[in-house]
Amino acid sequence: MINELKTISQDGLDDEGGKLMRQSLNEGQEILNNILKDMGKEVERILQGCIETLKSLDRTQAEYWIAQDQVVNNLERQVDDECVRLIATQQPVAKDLRKVISAMKISTDLERMSDLAIGIAKVTRRIEGPLCKPLVDIPLMAEKALAMMRQGLEAYRNEDMDLAQKLAMQDDEVDHLYNQIVRDLLVIMSKKPEIIDQGMYLTFAGRYLERFADHATNIGENVIYIKTAERKDLNK
Amino acid sequence: MGQSLSVHNLEAWYGSNKILKGINMEIRPNQVTAIIGPSGCGKSTFVRCLNRMHETLPKTKVQGEISLDGVSIYDLDPVTLRKKVGMVFQKANPFPSMSIYDNVVAGLRLNGMNNKQELKASAEKSLRMAALWDEVKDRLNYSGVSLSGGQQQRLCIARALAVEPSVLLMDEPASALDPIATTHIEELMGSLKEIYTIIIVTHNMQQAARIADSTAFFLSGELVEHGPTSEIFTNPHDKRTEDYITGRFG
Repeated sequence: MINELKTISQDGLDDEGGKLMRQSLNEGQEILNNILKDMGKEVERILQGCIETLKSLDRTQAEYWIAQDQVVNNLERQVDDECVRLIATQQPVAKDLRKVISAMKISTDLERMSDLAIGIAKVTRRIEGPLCKPLVDIPLMAEKALAMMRQGLEAYRNEDMDLAQKLAMQDDEVDHLYNQIVRDLLVIMSKKPEIIDQGMYLTFAGRYLERFADHATNIGENVIYIKTAERKDLNK
Repeated sequence: MGQSLSVHNLEAWYGSNKILKGINMEIRPNQVTAIIGPSGCGKSTFVRCLNRMHETLPKTKVQGEISLDGVSIYDLDPVTLRKKVGMVFQKANPFPSMSIYDNVVAGLRLNGMNNKQELKASAEKSLRMAALWDEVKDRLNYSGVSLSGGQQQRLCIARALAVEPSVLLMDEPASALDPIATTHIEELMGSLKEIYTIIIVTHNMQQAARIADSTAFFLSGELVEHGPTSEIFTNPHDKRTEDYITGRFG
């Protein structure tokens, strides 16, 4: 194998040129990895901020977090630009191409996750009066969904299939928690019709987090695609 | 129509140097098959075996079986075989002392065709198929070497087509051409495959990806992998193929 590879580098493509070209591709992929890492950090910061805002019903803070969405949108554009540049100038194929395409898709997922987090800040805008119950399950759900996102990004960085596949089980837990939130709120709303508006908005918040976790499973699906070139649904 | 080629246990030598090591490959008719691999991997030797040109060189040897639509090429007279399996080389090589017209019909004349009307009709048909007719129809008596590099290569393609082969072998036909001339040749292959089986040796992997229906990767005289081009360039099965096409050498 070593001899064969040596033959390739001696012949055909220029050895130095070949390595240089791949060095540019490697650097481009590293840029993508770093932007996605930054996006993950931003999404985490935004979701945590939005949950705190919901807990405190602080509308000023809600506006602050809503404006933060732009940060993630800009990062998504940077990923798009870098992917377009790499495809146009480096013509990646096989796994290299899957990595570039997946980076673009993961950035779209992260951007949507940011939108969903912002949705919780928008819920805060609309809720009137004190909360009908202390917020326990929604922050818990947010924690689990964030853990899924972190895990998905770690699986992406390390191309770790096992870690990616475990997201399916964690998504089931988040779905379960969401169903429980809906049931609890329905009970409260049936007893206190005056908080139906608030109950509905809190249900929305739960729904946003459930969708947030679904996007985290998409990240895992992309990891599996990078490794195997096969599509697997982790969100059944 | 294009014919299929079946290659079984093909081995080829230059002196004591074994260039091809047990190649088994099915080449489907009316498709473009690209042969890729680093220099010295045996890809040019492989295509030269397909029309028995390899054995014309001194100190060469070939073993194994190659059949054209089920008929062994070794049962055919080499001249007859080369009429059926034409070849276009890396460097355009029009006969320098001949006009454009004479270049195209040279093969036909060698095969004994002398009827002027037939030669003229055949020249026009071949030049049209090579997408060169419109560019040269008013200067058929000009020297073949008066054409641009890309036109000369299409003239060579027209010359190969004039003898009505069923298979066209192309060894790096666009490597010396500019991007526009390359596009001409690539588009030409797309239309010619409806009539011919095309086998192209190329170092340009994007070219293989653009034009070939199937791609074969050769390394150190072995056929590592042969499959649909879309599969080879998106999900090759062999690590060595992936290393080569992604330009990662180790």
